[in-house]
Amino acid sequence: MKFTLSWLEDHLATRAGLDEILGYMLQAGLEVEHVDNPAERLAPFTIAKVTAAEPHPDADRLRVCTVETVDGTKQIVCGAPNARAGMTAVYAPLGAYIPGLDFALDKKPRKIRGVESHGMLCSAKELEAGEDHDGIADLPDKWKLGEPAAKALGAGDPVIDFEVTPNRPDWLGVVGIARDLAAAGAGRFDPKEIKPISGGYDCPIEVKLEAPEACPVFGGVLIRGVKNGPSPDWLQARLKAIGLTPKSLLVDVTNYISYDRARPLHVYDADKLRGAVVARLGKKGETLLALDGKTYDLSEDMCVIGDDSGAIGLGGVMGGESTAVTDETVNVFIESAWFDPMRTARTGRATGIISDARYRFERGVDPASVMDGLAQAVQLITTETEGDVSHPVVAGDLVDPYRPEKATFKPADLKRLTGIELKPADMKRILKDLAFDVEDAGDAWYVRAPAHRFDIEQSADIVEELARLHGYQHLPQTSLPAPAGGVRASLTPMQQRVRTARRVLAGRGYLEAVTWSFMARADAALFAGGENALGTDLLVDNPVASDLDCMRPSMLANLAKAAQRASDRGEAEVRLFEAGPLYRGDGPKDQRTAVSGLVRPGAPRNWQGRANEVDAYAVKADVFAVLEAFDQPGSRFQIMAPNQDHWHPGQAASVRLGPKTTIAHFGALHPRVLRALDVDGPVYAFELNLNALPVMKVKALKTKPVLELADLTPIRRDLAFVVDEAVPAGDLVSAAGGADKSLIGSAEVFDVYRGPGVEEGKKSIAFEILIQPSGEALKDQDIDALMDKVVAAVAKKTGGVLRG
Amino acid sequence: MSDIAEIETEALAAIKAAGDLDTLDKVRVAELGRNGRVSGLMKTLGGMSPEERQEMGPKLNALKDRVGEAVAERKAVLEDAALDEQVAKEKLDLTLPHPPESYGRLHPVMQVFEEVAAIFGNMGFAVAEGPDIEDDWHNFTALNFPPGHPAREDHDTIFLAPDAAGERKVLRTHTSPVQIRTMTEGAPPIRIIAPGRVFRNDWDATHTPMFHQVEGLVVEKGVHMGHLKGCLIDFVKAFFEVDEVEARFRPHFFPFTEPSAEMDVKYTKKGDSIEVGAGDQWMEILGSGMVHPNVLRNCGIDPDEYQGFAFGMGVDRLAMLKYGMPDLRPYFEGDPRWIRHYGFKPWTTPSLSGGLS
Repeated sequence: MKFTLSWLEDHLATRAGLDEILGYMLQAGLEVEHVDNPAERLAPFTIAKVTAAEPHPDADRLRVCTVETVDGTKQIVCGAPNARAGMTAVYAPLGAYIPGLDFALDKKPRKIRGVESHGMLCSAKELEAGEDHDGIADLPDKWKLGEPAAKALGAGDPVIDFEVTPNRPDWLGVVGIARDLAAAGAGRFDPKEIKPISGGYDCPIEVKLEAPEACPVFGGVLIRGVKNGPSPDWLQARLKAIGLTPKSLLVDVTNYISYDRARPLHVYDADKLRGAVVARLGKKGETLLALDGKTYDLSEDMCVIGDDSGAIGLGGVMGGESTAVTDETVNVFIESAWFDPMRTARTGRATGIISDARYRFERGVDPASVMDGLAQAVQLITTETEGDVSHPVVAGDLVDPYRPEKATFKPADLKRLTGIELKPADMKRILKDLAFDVEDAGDAWYVRAPAHRFDIEQSADIVEELARLHGYQHLPQTSLPAPAGGVRASLTPMQQRVRTARRVLAGRGYLEAVTWSFMARADAALFAGGENALGTDLLVDNPVASDLDCMRPSMLANLAKAAQRASDRGEAEVRLFEAGPLYRGDGPKDQRTAVSGLVRPGAPRNWQGRANEVDAYAVKADVFAVLEAFDQPGSRFQIMAPNQDHWHPGQAASVRLGPKTTIAHFGALHPRVLRALDVDGPVYAFELNLNALPVMKVKALKTKPVLELADLTPIRRDLAFVVDEAVPAGDLVSAAGGADKSLIGSAEVFDVYRGPGVEEGKKSIAFEILIQPSGEALKDQDIDALMDKVVAAVAKKTGGVLRG
Repeated sequence: MSDIAEIETEALAAIKAAGDLDTLDKVRVAELGRNGRVSGLMKTLGGMSPEERQEMGPKLNALKDRVGEAVAERKAVLEDAALDEQVAKEKLDLTLPHPPESYGRLHPVMQVFEEVAAIFGNMGFAVAEGPDIEDDWHNFTALNFPPGHPAREDHDTIFLAPDAAGERKVLRTHTSPVQIRTMTEGAPPIRIIAPGRVFRNDWDATHTPMFHQVEGLVVEKGVHMGHLKGCLIDFVKAFFEVDEVEARFRPHFFPFTEPSAEMDVKYTKKGDSIEVGAGDQWMEILGSGMVHPNVLRNCGIDPDEYQGFAFGMGVDRLAMLKYGMPDLRPYFEGDPRWIRHYGFKPWTTPSLSGGLS
């Protein structure tokens, strides 16, 4: 919303200058976005008096002027035909920047055809302060030497642009701004008077309401015999200052009132109306050629203004072309109505029409302003042109200037909610300035807000009015007291896990990425087990880009694409991880917290010939390092085949807690998936679903169990078994380890062999068993017996035969 | 007895002359070995009379000891020399590189979340979370955005496709729905912050369709806007690690707070970086206010009994202001160069005692 300082002063009696006004706006919550102050821009330019203007000796068109200026008497060469002795002109000193010409004068006097010129005499256009008729600005003699040129040219009016919050549609009129600034202490609210209409005859145009839920009140007035044409200079200047283009007197008046009082009006050429003007709902199949030249399909949800010819306007949004006023209009019918905000907003969205009227009606126009709107329009039009004014005509009920319901305000709430203390008299002063009606009943006051304040319903609303107009600078600054019972851990176990996992992975060389929660639907299908399995509940209805149209079921596609981009730029090995959400559905319980990472191999070759070879085992180590950091020993988990389709079927696995609960996947991504993503393989990855991992209870007692150190030295024995190729090593190891859990501390594979000495289709797996005796030392025969047990257990579980 | 002196002279000379451990050992065997000369002399003791033995015994023992010592001394010298020779051969070119290492880094936004949690954690705030996919009630209606409210339009909401009942889920446009979940699922007193992802349909130089916010909520008897002011000024001082912050609160409008305020802080531009706390310009950093009584009621809390404040701030921007990232867009591109440059080392854990950054 833009307005000018002088416009504000129409309604606010104040001695405050621009900076003070901006300060009051800030205090009252009118957030200034931009200020254009021509006075500042035109500061170098001042009033000067031309005492002589002689012809230039060498140029017929130039004059050599002697000018009295703030800088003393100056000789200035001027090419304007109207330069003359005795003229009051605008002086630009040397070095001044001329905005309309976009150049700066030289800092030293310049010779023009041999005569030195010490400055410039300017036109209004050169200062971007108006139009000229014949040469330089020729100003009335009342302006004194040295006065600011901006003031003399009428261009000193600062334009202020600020943000109107949705709760305050009354700020869409300068009067509303003035009222708040007065209440904040900027001056006295003194709105320009609107004289009631003194019509001379009954309005022959009938108005009717057929849809009071859409338009409960509709007022009109007819003026006959007007002469439409350009509006007066002052009105055009104001409209231009706030960025509107003047059209004609009748249109400009409605635009002006829209900004002056936040009261949209509409003007019809009365000679083009056919029968009664009706506010009704749209009909199926109906169309309207609107003032913007476009034809709109109307619906039964829209509020339409119609006459016998059909639709002639969209109520509160835009008028129609068929009844529009033109320069030839002589009889004008003015509409001042009230349209339902929600319906106006829906109509605006459906048609896409953006207009000042829609903007105001969808936020809420003062319902009590119907008659004042008509009266102000009549007043402005009849000041400029002849016209024969009718009595106003109204359909529906005019509204009381106060809101019907009373808000209960407890004066004690001001201190309770804000810490600010204010005397009741001061509270009442502020509320009165805001035109609130206050009934003091002691601990509770009954407050009726004016009809234009849609935001005042309860005590807290009035607390805000008092606090802001008194000023938030009066808020005490009080540190929050420590919570009762002291400060405890602020993170949940899950949040702690995320932190731990992130640090483990960063410590293992991964870079942390944060990628979109959304991805392309086709890519998402690859990670959700196909298009059908993906379902529709993760699709985005209005994606910000077509390839971000689905919530991600996995982070791996985003990470893989980022890794590919990095490789394309010449990165060698790329290691990325992300800790963030996955989406399994659109319900609040369908979101998972996961940690995913991947490696695109490519480490530089090492001279020792043992570059860090990345493979599925490397990412397995990463997964188990994270689990270990969660105090979840690897022995708790089973390694099973992957149960997601985007993994390489032979080089990836799932990590499970019991056969059913999948905690993680790791290994190589499926080459087909990589091809679909346009990512070069291989890519080794993991995805760890933190929600699947049971949260361990935080123990109340922090004491750790007693450390028991074995006295006896552990014994190591190597064993090798020949098993079928299909037997997983893990089965062998767990069979061996399970043979006697009290004695066998661990069993670690150290060799896998295929080749001569081992039958085709079989492999030899060698592992070291660590035997930890406790209590008494083991004798040879004890160890032999234990080994027999191991051999038997392995044979039973895997069919493995001890290799001789 | 000239034998003894002669043998000693010869033996010591041979020991001294031994140039390596093998030669020395041969000398040792020749003198002290079972069939050595000295041993041979020792054996003669058995055939001597007691008187002779008494005289010769000590002399021969002394000879044996001296030769033995000389061998040991020489051995030590030769061993030392051999070791010197060996290590001289074991030279490595340690200008060659060590096996490749990759150094991981943490994302600055995640780090700033932790900084914020450290500061508010110290004031007794727990960290709460809520889903990114929300329903209309939690994201809007419960927060006092009635259906059709123009403030909804300002949110550029991203919707999911309508379900069978025609209902459209929303990607939460702010972290404020976590307020609602916290209040409906718990009871006052409440002190939480809620960090997380938020989404808006807006993508240009200064907006990304996904970004991060931290929400704060306090619901307690007796907490007023002065506490809000104090708490947030304390936060800004701690976050930007400065002793003083010049701040101002301005009225603003948020449907879910009443009264509402935006907080500005003074700053100075120094080259490409920004110094927050003092200076000649104001910068808006967050929105806040007292929890709207309608919101409390929507969550089953009596606004006449309990009151509280809430605030919300953009974490990506806080990170920019503190750490100087000039542009928001690379935050979400996963570019290793950017992460290495702006990221944090894995062992940096923000805390008030150890320093935030």
